[in-house]
Amino acid sequence: MTPRIQQLREQSLNAINRISAERALLITEFYRDHLTPADAVPVQRAKSFEYILSNKTVCINDGELIVGERGPAPKATPTYPEITVHSLHDLDVLNSREKVWFRVDEETRNAYDKIIVPFWEGHSNRDRIMNAMTPQWHDAYNAGIFTEFMEQRAPGHTVAGYKIFRKGMLDIINDIEESMIDLSPVPSPQKSELEAMKIAANAMIRFAERHAEKLEALALVETNGQRRDELLEMARVCRRVPAHAPATFHEVLQHYWFVHLGVVTELNPWDSFNPGRLDQHLYPFYKAEIEAGTLTRDKAVELLESFWIKFNNHPSPPKIGVTAEESGTYTDFCLINLGGLTVGGNDAVNEMSYILLDVIEEMRLLQPGSMVQLSRQNPDSFIDRAVKITKTGFGQPSIFNTDAIIQELVNQGKTPEDARNGGASGCVESGAFGVESYILCGYFNLPKILEITLHDGYDLRTKKQIGLHTGKASELQTYQQLLAAFQKQVLHFAGIKIEGNNAIEQIFMANMPTPFLSLIIDDCVARGMDYIEGGARYNTNYIQGVGVGTITDSLTALKTHVYDEKNISLTDFTDALVANFEGHDDLLYRLLYKTPKYGNDDDRADDRLMEVFQIYYDAINGHVSPRGAEYRINLLPTTCHVYFGKVMHASPDGRRTGVPVSEGISPVQGADKNGPTSVVKSAAKIDHLHTGGTLLNQKFSPVFFEDDTAIRKVSSLVRSYFKMNGHHIQFNVVTADTLRKAQKHPEKYQGLIVRVAGYSDYFNDLGVELQNEIIRRTEHEGVKS
Amino acid sequence: MTGTIFDIKRFTVHDGPGVRVTAFLKGCPLACKWCHNPEGVDPAVGVASKTVRVGSTTFTSNESVGYEITPDALMCEFRKEKIFMDESGGGVTFSGGEPLMQTAFLVETLALCKKEKIHTAVDTSGFAAWDDVEAVRNFTDLFLYDLKIMDDALHKNYTGVSNRLILENLVCLLKTGARVRIRIPMIPGVTFTGENMEQTLAFLTELPFPVEGVDLLPYHNTATHKYKRLRIANPFEEMKSLSKNDLSATKQRFEAAGLNIINN
Repeated sequence: MTPRIQQLREQSLNAINRISAERALLITEFYRDHLTPADAVPVQRAKSFEYILSNKTVCINDGELIVGERGPAPKATPTYPEITVHSLHDLDVLNSREKVWFRVDEETRNAYDKIIVPFWEGHSNRDRIMNAMTPQWHDAYNAGIFTEFMEQRAPGHTVAGYKIFRKGMLDIINDIEESMIDLSPVPSPQKSELEAMKIAANAMIRFAERHAEKLEALALVETNGQRRDELLEMARVCRRVPAHAPATFHEVLQHYWFVHLGVVTELNPWDSFNPGRLDQHLYPFYKAEIEAGTLTRDKAVELLESFWIKFNNHPSPPKIGVTAEESGTYTDFCLINLGGLTVGGNDAVNEMSYILLDVIEEMRLLQPGSMVQLSRQNPDSFIDRAVKITKTGFGQPSIFNTDAIIQELVNQGKTPEDARNGGASGCVESGAFGVESYILCGYFNLPKILEITLHDGYDLRTKKQIGLHTGKASELQTYQQLLAAFQKQVLHFAGIKIEGNNAIEQIFMANMPTPFLSLIIDDCVARGMDYIEGGARYNTNYIQGVGVGTITDSLTALKTHVYDEKNISLTDFTDALVANFEGHDDLLYRLLYKTPKYGNDDDRADDRLMEVFQIYYDAINGHVSPRGAEYRINLLPTTCHVYFGKVMHASPDGRRTGVPVSEGISPVQGADKNGPTSVVKSAAKIDHLHTGGTLLNQKFSPVFFEDDTAIRKVSSLVRSYFKMNGHHIQFNVVTADTLRKAQKHPEKYQGLIVRVAGYSDYFNDLGVELQNEIIRRTEHEGVKS
Repeated sequence: MTGTIFDIKRFTVHDGPGVRVTAFLKGCPLACKWCHNPEGVDPAVGVASKTVRVGSTTFTSNESVGYEITPDALMCEFRKEKIFMDESGGGVTFSGGEPLMQTAFLVETLALCKKEKIHTAVDTSGFAAWDDVEAVRNFTDLFLYDLKIMDDALHKNYTGVSNRLILENLVCLLKTGARVRIRIPMIPGVTFTGENMEQTLAFLTELPFPVEGVDLLPYHNTATHKYKRLRIANPFEEMKSLSKNDLSATKQRFEAAGLNIINN
């Protein structure tokens, strides 16, 4: 790491997360003073975008090589009052809460009090949404059956494809004009949309020029000759991109960064934005310049690291309420993809893949997130290098199965070429990069629906009949009856969720088009249709199932004890759950220690998983939204498994009231007893190829990664899981500190695996002396950062 | 036919090449004072109590130590892990206890493994009748062969048996062309002494047929809780675990003598 990068990295790490009112004030000024009511909505939006970019602070940080901030300074985070307007109370909560806080200064609070809140209160998109939702929707939402992503943020979850690395804004304006030729001169929605796109493209060119002007001004007063040359070169770059297609390595990075800023300034799409297959996009520029002798590897790394820091300067826009619960993190889920296959279907790993892995390891930043796509065609050296980085214990890069992703996308109707250009974004979501609008709609609480089922549709916590009457516990005489009742409730709530999302989508289509994002994603320009309107080549709405392990183990427990062994009635079982197992130690003991569990390659539990999967898949998959998107499922939680656990009583798997449900497709915390091979075999029984992504988390002690031979064995575990069509796996390499906590609270760490002496074992299964010994050893041999 | 085993461990990474499944066969003719699998010594199925606390109640259950299993049933467990073996170049390992105490069961299971082209390793103390070693050899791809103490009196003192049969069997086994990796449990003051290391080195370098490699196993204090649970006195209770660094000088010494040190 060069001293410059070290300094920029420190600056980014030390910057205080705070709310900036700048964007909110500018958008308020625009709608109050500069709006032309006769303009079509997309044109109004494009002009508001232009107004922000023309007036926002141009921030150039000392020493940086890639320029442009979303706010006026690093980690000064803008707000989007047209989407959701924060109340003064919200600002106080954001300022003072213990986790994921944002500082709010007096000036910002005043601006909200005097200008922003009075103008937007009752008129934000969130207000429109909440007013449009049915009482049934509100009941289910309040009960914690599902969450809603678009409540505080705009539809996003999309990723740049090849186009933006090959075309400048002027090229895209040419494309817009070509699309306009075919249109009749009469005003039409397409015409307005294309005009709006053109305004947005020009606004972005102007925004880059403002940076060039500032850089030139700084160069004039710069006394250090080397920095002056850098500033002038940066100014040259900003005059060239993103107006023109990038020609150099420096230009391509700056080019993307302006595009990124455009997307996250226009609105606050969930999952910020993402350059996607970065090694593929950058390699041609790198190779050409290395061959021409105009770039060195060291210089390229410095530029990349300067680029990396820009992502870390952007915390996720502030979230409140349920949205903060479901995604309680500063991370904004930009997930850089490396490796995978070329469009022609061959190994795509190149020199840039390895350079970027070096950058990831050296930068060790929360953002951007990174992942490797692993195809069976990729070399072992690639996966080994990636696993070696996970050893440093910060969870990056995660590992994805390219061959499965491609199959998933092809199953959804994409061409093999578009599928191969795709990958995963956000947490684990599959998408065709550059050509798809794939929107996450919210989490769906599967274990909670079983709870509702056991109470004939009644929610004890909110004291309301929110589900269907599918029979009291005493009436569900067979396991098949129970499962059928559960299925009816899932269908019922899936229907409410989908209906809600269809209405929300129409609200966005009418009020919040995104002409800038539409420049980036094909075929919006060709069709003259907005990204949120169905302009993308492919459109998908994902609903993310949560609590797979908990629901599987719960159904297994009910089947085992109520229906097979008949040692307790469903009514008594339900009463014990309401009592949070108080006075039912015997039942709890049997549930925890004498009941099959998912994650052990045991069909007695894993068969239940397949039933749940099919029920959930059938309830969601294939519904079509107003913009023509197909609803599909994926299985991931972010932090929602904690929130979903909070709204639940005890569950039949032995989980106590309020405790988090299981995350992703990982087994219930502590339920897996046979080691990682059994976990991946159980997880592979899910039909991954009919999802849009699943998340499997596996904890390991760092000693599992101690040398190349050990790493090779971990890599082969990944390859095996992927052979079975697993979608994704990530390693949680645990530290001595975690082990100490595990010792104090073994019930929370039952799945923790450590290597003992030549074999692996569960930490919990070891005597306290051995635990102490391993804690000591881990500290001794542990993570060096 | 059945055999008696006391555990099946998956994702074992130090019992031979690749990712393996290790079956632990019950019963051992040795009585090593540092034994880290004391539950594997008695050939018969035993009982140990297990206590857990759930809510405000303590539950105590008697759990059996070991169980009987047929070769076919054991094969079913192995097959579950086939994909990992194939991917990593792994296989199955028979450990114990002393697997050669159940030769008939072992041979039958090994033969089934070979029929299904599963790589087999046998982790043995070498203390068995030659006929037993010979019977197993035909179906064993790799022997993990323990050497402990070269001085016979000390060997008897610490393991309860003479090492003569062990050393003779090793020579005979190597003569057949079998692949053999030597494993040395490095017990400070017992096996891991300057004298024993030099004697071991001399023995290994003077063998008429070479071993494939030597695996130095650092002593780990892993079995303390097992002794407690089984209510057996643990003579090595105070012994501290070793780290890799503690073995580096010995490792270099062995390598300098031309021996290949195994890094599983």
